[in-house]
Amino acid sequence: MDKLLEVNELTKQYSQGNVLARIVITAADHVSFYIKPAEIFTLAGESGCGKTTTAKIVLGFEEASSGTILHNGKPQTRKEKVWITEGVQAIFQDPFSTFNPLRTVDSYFFETVQNFRLAKTKQEAIALIDQKLHLVGLTYQEFVGKYPNEFSGGQLQRISIARALVTDPKLIIADEPVSMVDASLRMSIVNLFKKLRDELGVSILYITHDLATAYYVSDRIAIMFRGNIVEMGTVEQVLMNPRHPYSRLLRDSIPQADPSLRWSDTVTLAELEQEEYLRKGCRFAGRCPLVMDICKDVVPADTYVDDVLVKCHKYSNQ
Amino acid sequence: MTEKKQTILRTEQLQAFYILDMHGTQKVVKAVNNVEMRIYENEIYGIAGESGCGKTTLLKALFNDIVPPLRLVGGKIYYRIGSEEVDVTMMSPEEKRRLRMEYISYIPQGSMSVLNPVLKLRETYEDFIGSHVSGQSREEIFKLAHKQILALGLPKHILDVYPHQLSGGMRQRVTIALASLMQPRIMIGDEPTTALDVVVQRGVIQMLKNIQKNLQNTIILVTHDMGVHANIADRIGIMYAGKIVEEAPTEQIFNQPQHPYTRFLIDSLPKFGDKNVRSSVPGSPPSLAELPSGCPFHPRCPHVQEICTQQMPDFSQMGENHKVACWLVGEGSHG
Amino acid sequence: MKTIRDLFKDYRFFFSFIVLVIVLILAFLSIFSPYDPTLWNVVPRDMKPSPQYWLGTDSNGQDIFWQATFAVRNSLIISLIAALISRVIAILVGMIAGYKGGSIDRVLMFISDSLLVIPLFLIMVMLAMMVRKYMNLVVLGLMLSVFGWAWDARTIRSIILSLRERDFTQTAILSGAGTVKLVLNEYMPFATPFIFSTLINNISWAISLEITLAFLGLVNLNVPTLGTMLNWAITYQAMFLGRWWWVLTPVVLSLLLFIALYWLSVSISEYLDPRTRTQRVGA
Repeated sequence: MDKLLEVNELTKQYSQGNVLARIVITAADHVSFYIKPAEIFTLAGESGCGKTTTAKIVLGFEEASSGTILHNGKPQTRKEKVWITEGVQAIFQDPFSTFNPLRTVDSYFFETVQNFRLAKTKQEAIALIDQKLHLVGLTYQEFVGKYPNEFSGGQLQRISIARALVTDPKLIIADEPVSMVDASLRMSIVNLFKKLRDELGVSILYITHDLATAYYVSDRIAIMFRGNIVEMGTVEQVLMNPRHPYSRLLRDSIPQADPSLRWSDTVTLAELEQEEYLRKGCRFAGRCPLVMDICKDVVPADTYVDDVLVKCHKYSNQ
Repeated sequence: MTEKKQTILRTEQLQAFYILDMHGTQKVVKAVNNVEMRIYENEIYGIAGESGCGKTTLLKALFNDIVPPLRLVGGKIYYRIGSEEVDVTMMSPEEKRRLRMEYISYIPQGSMSVLNPVLKLRETYEDFIGSHVSGQSREEIFKLAHKQILALGLPKHILDVYPHQLSGGMRQRVTIALASLMQPRIMIGDEPTTALDVVVQRGVIQMLKNIQKNLQNTIILVTHDMGVHANIADRIGIMYAGKIVEEAPTEQIFNQPQHPYTRFLIDSLPKFGDKNVRSSVPGSPPSLAELPSGCPFHPRCPHVQEICTQQMPDFSQMGENHKVACWLVGEGSHG
Repeated sequence: MKTIRDLFKDYRFFFSFIVLVIVLILAFLSIFSPYDPTLWNVVPRDMKPSPQYWLGTDSNGQDIFWQATFAVRNSLIISLIAALISRVIAILVGMIAGYKGGSIDRVLMFISDSLLVIPLFLIMVMLAMMVRKYMNLVVLGLMLSVFGWAWDARTIRSIILSLRERDFTQTAILSGAGTVKLVLNEYMPFATPFIFSTLINNISWAISLEITLAFLGLVNLNVPTLGTMLNWAITYQAMFLGRWWWVLTPVVLSLLLFIALYWLSVSISEYLDPRTRTQRVGA
């Protein structure tokens, strides 16, 4: 099986603090996953779990402390511009800061066409851009010459996707693409991802904390907590029948648009993030409803239960 | 079965527009366009709508924070203080200041910026308490604050850290704790859970519900996420282009939505576990500076009729607490 | 053109525009001067303003009006050279230091900070005394420019530093932009209003510094500038002797220039401020 992207034992450590008191935070801890062609793979978790850090490293904007990343089987080298060499593109969370407010949005498109030498004349460039805009449901007419603040958030995010498509990427890294878009407009963006996968064979690394859209759109999913992947498998297995207590917590916390499905029990959010990162054993031990003594001392190993990877002591003894 | 609740906040034909004057050209943004609301005590009222429908402005108006370029163009806002109804639009700045925090408090969007980044939380709290209470009762309030923090499930040493050391969700919860400290009768929240992830969001919603249960006060909450409304609101008002187009108790909004826009809003949300194709609301909301004629939703409405393009419908009553402003739903007699 | 019309609505821009037009006309008129500015006693001395001698004459026997045209022209030339060159240096240093960071940043900022810390005036005086023989307009302009870039380089650097963290930097990188193009296309528009307003401020600063140096006699006094005119007037005690037209001409001209330049810079930079600009964009 050809893997479009393979991440092996990726680790990223930051040191924080000042001269007197330094601590080391492991933002990503031996993260391993892969993405196949024409697949939507979700990396899900709370903010501060390491998913954005992982994305930045895959893009080459930051360097890993250790671990390897393979694009199409080739190891990613230092400072490699993977958007040029490997056909990787990205879209970001806030559509309004994705574009320079003082530049017209189309200037980015023309710039991409020029830098990647995708057209020889302006006519060709416009035709190419128009084609990409059509893919996201927009036309060249309503787009040309306008500044970012002349569009709505949803439109701008679709434009951002169109820009990523100009170079015909095989992999798009989407970092929280719908969290700043109104809930009622999220479907249109997420349906677009499905279309890209089915019609163009594009793979998407979908980073989000919104499990509802994750379920709707992804093929496989990995749940991250404080730098570790705690559960990974197909979206049916992981979200319909979550095994790790954190996955269960995530799934149960999705607000359903149905008053009869209100939450019945409560969550505790009593620890500071940093404390969780610095735990000796399993990082979820402070909040886990099934916590055992061993959880506080020993980091659980990766276990496979029915093809699903679970990082939890409850399953590692079976 | 519901005993008649007292109204605690009421608006009459409220109109608040932004009047922008940039180098000679004037632009009028009709953010709150003739809104009549009646909010009761001891309830959680949710206002739902897409970005750009005027919800934040409506909240500012309800909080009586109308500063240029926002102007109160017409209508009135009444608070019930004690046993009388007071027209707050006529209040002096000093009277307004006294009301704030003790009677009514406001949790802004992106409340990360409410906390002073160079002060430890303890100092912010002391600062806050000091400006609302004097003398020895300050000590007492501070102790109460500490108890409240623990009761709300926040870590006990939270007062000794700086805001930047906390995650967004934690800061949001501290801000809410601060806003409820003086036990205000009305708390207004602008998108309090947007930009928070699901678990923290759940925690925040839980916190708000607990506070409301303990203080038996009113919470007015604005968010575009109907899932949040489903979990916390008792009644919901659907806002579109500066107007409230439908208002009903939560179950009825979800089970019997009458306005086409409400139906769209609900159908466009992913139902977890359901992989059927869903679609978003088509088109985009109108600019509040250039509103369509008649009913502002008519350009996007699949059931648009001639009259919709000409006249804005009044409210029709559908049952006791359910009102809709739509020509499809019978001739409007006021609600 | 809409821009110009919008700007004219600001009374400050209007005033400064008028003043600057008058000043430029004056400078241009120097070409038509019937008298050679370096020669003395071409006209009767110490004459009051009259239809024949519009601003009177000075104790050196020169027509003050025509002297003033040269003075204004030369002062403007000096300060324009100083301001433009120091802008260029400030932009280069600020952008490179801001974007590259690391050791390049540290070295550049060290140089810049040194120039800020060294007492400017003493150095200027020393330098002026040393190059007095070779002093001409261009040399003076260059000297002033060396000291005019340090502060703004640091400000430009901090503008760049904050812009570097914004998402659109990443978008530009993903669009294939190289470093130079990135800085020019993405960051310059934010820096332009600042650069423009400091350009104007720098012109003011250069004029005032030139006046000071000339006043102290550290420049070639035979070349008419606003400062040298003032120097001669003081030397000849024009104030005490009641020859107000000689003293007031450079003083009033300088004052008008300073006010006009200040108001010009303030009105334009308010107009160009990215925050108000984004509100106007697409409106």
